[in-house]
Amino acid sequence: MDDLYREYILEHYRNPQNYGTLPDPTFEAEGQNPLCGDELHVQVAVDDDRRVTAVKFTGQGCAISQASMSILSDEIIGKTLDEVAAMNKDDVVELIGIDLTPVRLKCALLGLVVVKMGMHEHAGTAAPAGWEGVDEISWGTT
Amino acid sequence: MTDSASTLPAPTQLDPLRISEDFPILASGPNTGERLAFLDSAASAMKPRQVIDSIVATYEGGYANVHRGVYHHAATATRHFEGAREKVRSFINATTPREVIFTRGTTEAINLVANSWGRTNLGPGDIVVTTELEHHSNLVPWQQVCAATGAELRFIPVDDTGVLVLDDLDALAEGGTLKLVTVVHVSNSLGTHAPLDLIVPWAKSHGALVMVDGAQSVPHRPVDVQALGIDFLAFSAHKLMGPSGVGALWGREELLAAMPPWQFGGEMIRRVEYSGATFNDLPWKFEAGTPAIAEVIGFGAALDYIESIGGIAAIAAHEQAMTAYGYELLAAIPGLHLLGPGPGEDRGGVLSFTMDGTHPHDVATLLDARDVNIRAGHHCTQPLMKRLGVHATARASVYAYTTREDLDRLADGLGEVRRVFGLA
Repeated sequence: MDDLYREYILEHYRNPQNYGTLPDPTFEAEGQNPLCGDELHVQVAVDDDRRVTAVKFTGQGCAISQASMSILSDEIIGKTLDEVAAMNKDDVVELIGIDLTPVRLKCALLGLVVVKMGMHEHAGTAAPAGWEGVDEISWGTT
Repeated sequence: MTDSASTLPAPTQLDPLRISEDFPILASGPNTGERLAFLDSAASAMKPRQVIDSIVATYEGGYANVHRGVYHHAATATRHFEGAREKVRSFINATTPREVIFTRGTTEAINLVANSWGRTNLGPGDIVVTTELEHHSNLVPWQQVCAATGAELRFIPVDDTGVLVLDDLDALAEGGTLKLVTVVHVSNSLGTHAPLDLIVPWAKSHGALVMVDGAQSVPHRPVDVQALGIDFLAFSAHKLMGPSGVGALWGREELLAAMPPWQFGGEMIRRVEYSGATFNDLPWKFEAGTPAIAEVIGFGAALDYIESIGGIAAIAAHEQAMTAYGYELLAAIPGLHLLGPGPGEDRGGVLSFTMDGTHPHDVATLLDARDVNIRAGHHCTQPLMKRLGVHATARASVYAYTTREDLDRLADGLGEVRRVFGLA
């Protein structure tokens, strides 16, 4: 279990990538993990080809939630929104490279959930209420 | 200890290691094989062999549906089921088992009162007073019933340490009719003890009823419903080493008798016709459907178990010693902030804390690797967390099987957490 807190996770927690705010985001969203109070506010800028040019986030919470968002932000810069929309739970697990219990998995997935909520809102598609039904990510009841 | 503990004889001293031998799950933790240092009994307690055996014995030797079958096993199951009701009555010193309603737990017991008594007796101009300490289970039902009836929900405030501020209680009753005061006896998040010896007389002076959420008190300290002078008490079996899925509502008989049923179906009826029905006597009027038979019997076995290890006063004394010891250990850790009342105050066996530079979830996960189990989060008290200015806390809680070594391992583990996060 100590493996969860590998040095690169702790490094992302202490010095997160893309932390801060964007002057002119294309869309933004915020979300909480009701289980432990993790919070993220994510802003995304997209160019005319629907390609992500910048991501900034602020938030507070456990090392897993904040480090995962940091890692995810690096990953999605340069991707198209369609590519981001296709990302799922397994992609996040692979990105952070650690085994997580179901409860801690929610911490790790918060970043992707918030990004997708923002995408739904931007696209005018039905944004899921909270966590339930966010694309491929299925949530147990809390 | 206030309440009724002081009137009891000096309790016997518990031997938590001896007691732990009764708990199969504590023998070896899933991550290390070492003894499980289980410090999350405030969420749910572990079960002794005696309770587990009781459930097995019911299903293997005396199971049938209760109250109606005419055959031998039905009579046995009914006798044991109603025997458990008598054990609950005795444990809280109720006057009659007719005052003991089995529910799914504390939450359902509170919902029963909110829906049955609340919707019948509350209306515009009425006031329900609760506290800022409440678990969501004694907050949300009253929000709902007040919204539905037009009654107003008001709060006894807490100070910055999470202790109730009782200086201006009368202001809470101004401008309306105070009908109910419903308070958590011991806070699950902070260990704060509500001084019922002050709150109950105040409520009574306004002609109000008093409901007590005993989820964190009944398993840990003597609770005598007659001595407390209250009207309703809700608590759960699973927090007192009994099975999950069962609990009890105690209410004064004349109140329960006047309250309408809130769930309808089998068991709770006397006579049914296509055009209508009449309802059963107490307590079955409030127990619609087949109850949790084996679990209720196991609930009784848990109460027997508490008696067998020295009784509830002995558990309370042991917990006080463990809480004081744990408090001292944690207070010595740099950057660690304990919430709630100080160690010398009347408090429950809950140590809630934050640690600079770490999130409670990370703390709990790292401790789990050492088979030290604590809780992390908002503990189902989101408004209280906001009031105290924290997002979440880590919480260690003690019980009859807690040893000093369990708490030493907690403190050692917290030292390791500080090293992992580069704080030491």
